[in-house]
Amino acid sequence: MRASIQTQVTGWLLLLPALVLLVMFTHWPAVATAWHSVFSTPRGARPAVFVGLDNYRFMLEDDVFWQALWNNLWFALGTIPLSIAIAIVMALWVNGRIVGRGFLRMAYFTPTVLPMIAVANIWLFFYTPQYGLLEQITGALGLPSHNWLGERSTVLGATIVVAIWKEAGFFMIFYLAALQQISPTLAEAAALEGAARWQYFRRVLFPLLMPTTLFVLINALINSVRMVDHIFVMTRGGPDNASALLLYYIYQVGFSFWDSAYAAALTMVVLTILGVTAFVKFRFLDRRTHYQ
Amino acid sequence: MSAATPAPPVSDGFERSRFSALLETIGAWLLGLLWILPLAYAVWTAFHPSEFSTRFELGAPLTLQNFVNAWNAAPFARYFLNTFILVTMILVAQMVLGTLAAYAFARYEFRGRDLMFMLVLIQLMVMPDVLIVENYRTMNMLGLRDTILAIGLPYFASAFGIFLLRQTFKTVPRELDEAARVEGANALQVLWKVYVPLARPVYLAYALVSVSHHWNNFLWPLIVTSSVETRPLTVGLQVFSSTDQGVDWSIITAATLMTAAPLLLGFLLFQRQFVQSFMRAGIR
Repeated sequence: MRASIQTQVTGWLLLLPALVLLVMFTHWPAVATAWHSVFSTPRGARPAVFVGLDNYRFMLEDDVFWQALWNNLWFALGTIPLSIAIAIVMALWVNGRIVGRGFLRMAYFTPTVLPMIAVANIWLFFYTPQYGLLEQITGALGLPSHNWLGERSTVLGATIVVAIWKEAGFFMIFYLAALQQISPTLAEAAALEGAARWQYFRRVLFPLLMPTTLFVLINALINSVRMVDHIFVMTRGGPDNASALLLYYIYQVGFSFWDSAYAAALTMVVLTILGVTAFVKFRFLDRRTHYQ
Repeated sequence: MSAATPAPPVSDGFERSRFSALLETIGAWLLGLLWILPLAYAVWTAFHPSEFSTRFELGAPLTLQNFVNAWNAAPFARYFLNTFILVTMILVAQMVLGTLAAYAFARYEFRGRDLMFMLVLIQLMVMPDVLIVENYRTMNMLGLRDTILAIGLPYFASAFGIFLLRQTFKTVPRELDEAARVEGANALQVLWKVYVPLARPVYLAYALVSVSHHWNNFLWPLIVTSSVETRPLTVGLQVFSSTDQGVDWSIITAATLMTAAPLLLGFLLFQRQFVQSFMRAGIR
């Protein structure tokens, strides 16, 4: 019995330092966000008072919030399927025998290791009206000049391109890892049976890659909420909030307007999105992948 | 035998015409070139005088002046030092805390273990990155605002690291553990002598992922720092390039490359390890 108590104590002591920090900077702030979202923002001598759901009511009538939410949805819908599709193609290419495989792997993966804040600067220059590279190309083709980041209709699309470029190589890695686990005899068998390569991909490879796709999908979802660095450099949410994403709006409300209570209410929306994602993941997806 | 098979076997056993193989190779290369185009563009601009920043002539003179100007225009040496301190601090803390916690989860039976593990896993979904408002409040309360410690602190305990190490520790044969204990080693000695050495490749993988992640992190450092003495490179670069004093594009690009250079060089030199590390860290 003494050994057992000792085991219990040692286990807890080993865990304690990490647990304290986790609770302080993940669990507590999540709970505190909910708490502060039903109070007003303290201003000067005026302390915070309980306001119930006022912040949320304000949110429902806040056009910028809805704009940011929709933008984020389009950003996710634009980024996730395309970057996953490109990642699969990339992985299939560099997994097989192809001329210059080393170079291709490097080229595809490089955006992943670069700071988003740095590459956004490069892309900003790329999109610049008149003398940016894109303008030069379209100009050479005789197309009219276009301010890609300055117009509501194209700004979100322009940032989606950057996000796809940044993420596809990262997701490729997971597919590459999965492809290397798949026995080559499967392909040989399918080929012997007379299956076409496309059929083999659709009927054998893609289903086998499904756990990877789900894993990547969850990651991509989280990233579409978390990834805002490029907005700071390229658009600052503009023009007219056409490229504001949720987290960027939270930053604006919390640290430009210093309205921490409303920022807390907005954070609750993000936490809800992440919570639903987590629930789906643990409840439905992890049944086949084993955590033990 | 060779007479019976019409086409030479390709890697996956599927017959492909030379034409479609060529087409695929061309496609792969086009995508590859497209993918490094922004970087190549930046390299061109940074290493040429500004009048050539959008004029692509083979004979354009090369120069390092843009880097010199960028270096002198902002305290980049200090930013480099800050980032270096930051990533080192985070890495050491994550390794130590993660190792201890992972060992507890992998090899100790204690009450509430599974619940605690679930609590840890929550951080995989709800990262400190989105809890900026409340964490800022906490840092204010602790009097840590505008310190390098405040940038790192929320990331010291990493669910990802704990999870990764726990999976690794679970594969260590219990016999090794017990043998060490028979010889009189205590928990920490067993951990240090048996588990840590066996997990070395995982530590390397985790280190690369962690360093590149925190080298690149931007939003939280932007919020919690306000002076040159604490700002990491990413924030410094943003402050530098967003001043409206008409900074030259060539100089901004040079600064941009400078910020990314250590990671980029590390990646190019240790490409295989990088890719394998991200792969290892990704397989759960």
